[in-house]
Amino acid sequence: MKNRLKVLRAERDWTQAQLASALDVSRQTINAIEKGKFDPSLPLAFKAARLFNMAIEDIFQDESD
Amino acid sequence: MSLSSQNNENDYSKRNCHNTRHLRNWTIAWVISMAIAAFAPKYVWDFNTVLSIIGVVICIAVGFGMLLANRKYLQGLDEMQRKILFDAMALSLGVGLVLGLSYELLEDIKLITFQPEIPHLVMVMCFTYMGGIIAGHRKYQ
Repeated sequence: MKNRLKVLRAERDWTQAQLASALDVSRQTINAIEKGKFDPSLPLAFKAARLFNMAIEDIFQDESD
Repeated sequence: MSLSSQNNENDYSKRNCHNTRHLRNWTIAWVISMAIAAFAPKYVWDFNTVLSIIGVVICIAVGFGMLLANRKYLQGLDEMQRKILFDAMALSLGVGLVLGLSYELLEDIKLITFQPEIPHLVMVMCFTYMGGIIAGHRKYQ
Protein backbone atom coordinates (compact mmCIF):
# COMPACT_ATOMS: atom_id res chain seq x y z
CA MET A 1 0.00 0.00 0.00
CA LYS A 2 1.33 3.44 -0.96
CA ASN A 3 0.78 6.49 1.20
CA ARG A 4 1.43 10.23 1.19
CA LEU A 5 2.12 10.50 4.89
CA LYS A 6 5.67 11.76 4.49
CA VAL A 7 4.64 14.46 1.98
CA LEU A 8 1.69 15.60 4.08
CA ARG A 9 3.84 15.69 7.20
CA ALA A 10 6.56 17.69 5.42
CA GLU A 11 3.99 20.17 4.07
CA ARG A 12 2.95 20.91 7.64
CA ASP A 13 6.54 20.94 8.89
CA TRP A 14 5.86 18.23 11.44
CA THR A 15 8.48 15.81 12.71
CA GLN A 16 7.88 12.05 12.82
CA ALA A 17 7.81 12.30 16.62
CA GLN A 18 5.08 14.97 16.50
CA LEU A 19 2.97 12.94 14.11
CA ALA A 20 3.53 9.81 16.20
CA SER A 21 2.38 11.69 19.28
CA ALA A 22 -0.73 12.98 17.52
CA LEU A 23 -1.63 9.47 16.35
CA ASP A 24 -0.65 7.86 19.68
CA VAL A 25 1.87 5.47 18.15
CA SER A 26 5.66 5.15 18.28
CA ARG A 27 7.98 7.14 16.01
CA GLN A 28 9.25 3.81 14.61
CA THR A 29 5.73 2.98 13.48
CA ILE A 30 5.39 6.29 11.62
CA ASN A 31 8.77 5.67 10.00
CA ALA A 32 7.75 2.14 8.92
CA ILE A 33 4.41 3.39 7.51
CA GLU A 34 6.11 6.21 5.59
CA LYS A 35 8.59 3.76 4.09
CA GLY A 36 5.76 1.42 3.11
CA LYS A 37 7.09 -1.37 5.31
CA PHE A 38 4.04 -1.50 7.53
CA ASP A 39 0.41 -1.06 6.56
CA PRO A 40 -1.64 0.65 9.27
CA SER A 41 -4.93 -0.76 10.50
CA LEU A 42 -8.17 0.84 9.34
CA PRO A 43 -8.71 2.70 12.67
CA LEU A 44 -5.20 4.17 12.50
CA ALA A 45 -5.66 5.13 8.85
CA PHE A 46 -8.94 6.88 9.71
CA LYS A 47 -7.22 8.64 12.60
CA ALA A 48 -4.53 9.92 10.21
CA ALA A 49 -7.23 11.03 7.77
CA ARG A 50 -9.01 12.97 10.50
CA LEU A 51 -5.74 14.57 11.60
CA PHE A 52 -4.93 15.75 8.08
CA ASN A 53 -8.58 16.58 7.46
CA MET A 54 -8.57 14.52 4.27
CA ALA A 55 -10.32 11.49 2.87
CA ILE A 56 -8.62 8.22 3.70
CA GLU A 57 -8.10 7.36 0.01
CA ASP A 58 -6.29 10.67 -0.49
CA ILE A 59 -3.62 9.50 1.95
CA PHE A 60 -3.51 5.75 1.39
CA GLN A 61 -3.71 4.11 -2.02
CA ASP A 62 -3.65 0.49 -3.04
CA GLU A 63 -0.40 -0.48 -4.78
CA SER A 64 -2.30 -1.71 -7.86
CA ASP A 65 -4.06 1.64 -8.43
CA MET B 1 -1.42 23.76 11.96
CA SER B 2 0.96 23.12 14.87
CA LEU B 3 1.52 19.99 16.87
CA SER B 4 3.98 21.54 19.33
CA SER B 5 1.69 21.15 22.32
CA GLN B 6 1.20 17.47 21.54
CA ASN B 7 4.95 17.02 21.15
CA ASN B 8 5.52 18.08 24.74
CA GLU B 9 3.16 15.44 25.97
CA ASN B 10 3.91 12.17 24.22
CA ASP B 11 1.31 9.95 25.82
CA TYR B 12 2.41 6.84 23.96
CA SER B 13 6.02 7.02 25.18
CA LYS B 14 4.99 7.81 28.74
CA ARG B 15 2.44 5.01 28.82
CA ASN B 16 4.92 2.57 27.29
CA CYS B 17 7.65 3.51 29.79
CA HIS B 18 5.21 3.14 32.69
CA ASN B 19 3.99 -0.26 31.48
CA THR B 20 7.57 -1.45 30.85
CA ARG B 21 8.61 -0.48 34.39
CA HIS B 22 5.49 -2.16 35.77
CA LEU B 23 6.27 -5.38 33.87
CA ARG B 24 9.95 -5.27 34.91
CA ASN B 25 8.99 -4.95 38.59
CA TRP B 26 6.55 -7.86 38.38
CA THR B 27 9.13 -9.98 36.55
CA ILE B 28 11.78 -9.28 39.21
CA ALA B 29 9.25 -10.11 41.93
CA TRP B 30 8.35 -13.37 40.17
CA VAL B 31 12.02 -14.41 39.81
CA ILE B 32 12.62 -13.68 43.50
CA SER B 33 9.48 -15.59 44.56
CA MET B 34 10.54 -18.48 42.31
CA ALA B 35 14.02 -18.53 43.89
CA ILE B 36 12.48 -18.50 47.36
CA ALA B 37 10.09 -21.35 46.47
CA ALA B 38 12.97 -23.36 44.96
CA PHE B 39 15.77 -22.85 47.47
CA ALA B 40 14.22 -21.77 50.78
CA PRO B 41 12.75 -25.22 51.62
CA LYS B 42 16.26 -26.70 51.58
CA TYR B 43 18.33 -23.82 52.95
CA VAL B 44 15.94 -21.83 55.16
CA TRP B 45 13.00 -23.79 56.60
CA ASP B 46 14.17 -27.42 56.27
CA PHE B 47 11.31 -28.63 54.03
CA ASN B 48 8.56 -27.44 56.36
CA THR B 49 5.45 -28.43 54.39
CA VAL B 50 3.26 -25.45 55.30
CA LEU B 51 5.97 -22.89 54.51
CA SER B 52 6.81 -24.67 51.24
CA ILE B 53 3.14 -24.61 50.16
CA ILE B 54 2.92 -20.91 51.05
CA GLY B 55 6.09 -20.27 49.04
CA VAL B 56 4.70 -22.06 45.96
CA VAL B 57 1.29 -20.34 46.25
CA ILE B 58 2.99 -16.92 46.48
CA CYS B 59 5.15 -17.80 43.47
CA ILE B 60 2.08 -18.73 41.41
CA ALA B 61 0.17 -15.62 42.56
CA VAL B 62 3.08 -13.33 41.66
CA GLY B 63 3.40 -15.21 38.35
CA PHE B 64 -0.21 -14.35 37.51
CA GLY B 65 0.49 -10.75 38.50
CA MET B 66 3.33 -10.79 35.98
CA LEU B 67 1.00 -12.20 33.30
CA LEU B 68 -1.51 -9.39 33.92
CA ALA B 69 1.31 -6.82 33.75
CA ASN B 70 2.43 -8.39 30.47
CA ARG B 71 -1.12 -8.17 29.10
CA LYS B 72 -1.31 -4.50 30.08
CA TYR B 73 2.09 -3.93 28.46
CA LEU B 74 0.95 -5.55 25.19
CA GLN B 75 -2.33 -3.63 25.18
CA GLY B 76 -0.40 -0.38 25.64
CA LEU B 77 1.78 -0.96 22.59
CA ASP B 78 0.89 0.42 19.18
CA GLU B 79 -0.16 -1.99 16.43
CA MET B 80 3.26 -2.41 14.82
CA GLN B 81 5.11 -3.00 18.09
CA ARG B 82 2.39 -5.47 19.08
CA LYS B 83 2.72 -7.30 15.78
CA ILE B 84 6.50 -7.58 16.28
CA LEU B 85 5.99 -9.12 19.73
CA PHE B 86 3.18 -11.44 18.62
CA ASP B 87 5.27 -12.69 15.69
CA ALA B 88 8.19 -13.30 18.06
CA MET B 89 5.89 -15.14 20.49
CA ALA B 90 4.49 -17.32 17.69
CA LEU B 91 8.02 -18.16 16.54
CA SER B 92 9.11 -18.93 20.09
CA LEU B 93 6.08 -21.16 20.70
CA GLY B 94 6.60 -23.04 17.43
CA VAL B 95 10.32 -23.55 17.96
CA GLY B 96 9.69 -24.54 21.58
CA LEU B 97 7.10 -27.11 20.57
CA VAL B 98 9.14 -28.66 17.75
CA LEU B 99 12.52 -28.64 19.52
CA GLY B 100 11.01 -29.53 22.90
CA LEU B 101 9.32 -32.66 21.60
CA SER B 102 12.40 -33.62 19.57
CA TYR B 103 14.58 -33.07 22.63
CA GLU B 104 12.34 -35.35 24.68
CA LEU B 105 12.46 -37.91 21.87
CA LEU B 106 16.27 -37.96 21.95
CA GLU B 107 16.19 -39.48 25.41
CA ASP B 108 13.40 -41.93 24.56
CA ILE B 109 15.36 -43.37 21.65
CA LYS B 110 18.61 -43.43 23.69
CA LEU B 111 20.47 -40.82 21.64
CA ILE B 112 21.27 -38.87 24.80
CA THR B 113 21.95 -40.35 28.22
CA PHE B 114 20.82 -37.41 30.38
CA GLN B 115 17.29 -36.41 31.32
CA PRO B 116 15.92 -33.49 29.22
CA GLU B 117 15.20 -30.54 31.51
CA ILE B 118 12.45 -27.93 31.14
CA PRO B 119 14.91 -25.03 31.80
CA HIS B 120 16.78 -26.01 28.60
CA LEU B 121 13.54 -25.58 26.65
CA VAL B 122 12.77 -22.30 28.41
CA MET B 123 16.22 -20.98 27.45
CA VAL B 124 15.70 -21.98 23.80
CA MET B 125 12.31 -20.23 23.81
CA CYS B 126 13.80 -17.09 25.42
CA PHE B 127 16.60 -16.89 22.86
CA THR B 128 14.14 -17.51 20.02
CA TYR B 129 11.83 -14.82 21.39
CA MET B 130 14.69 -12.30 21.62
CA GLY B 131 15.84 -13.23 18.12
CA GLY B 132 12.29 -12.80 16.83
CA ILE B 133 12.00 -9.34 18.38
CA ILE B 134 15.34 -8.24 16.91
CA ALA B 135 14.36 -9.61 13.46
CA GLY B 136 10.96 -7.86 13.70
CA HIS B 137 12.52 -4.50 14.51
CA ARG B 138 15.02 -4.88 11.67
CA LYS B 139 12.20 -5.79 9.29
CA TYR B 140 10.28 -2.57 9.98
CA GLN B 141 13.34 -0.34 10.44
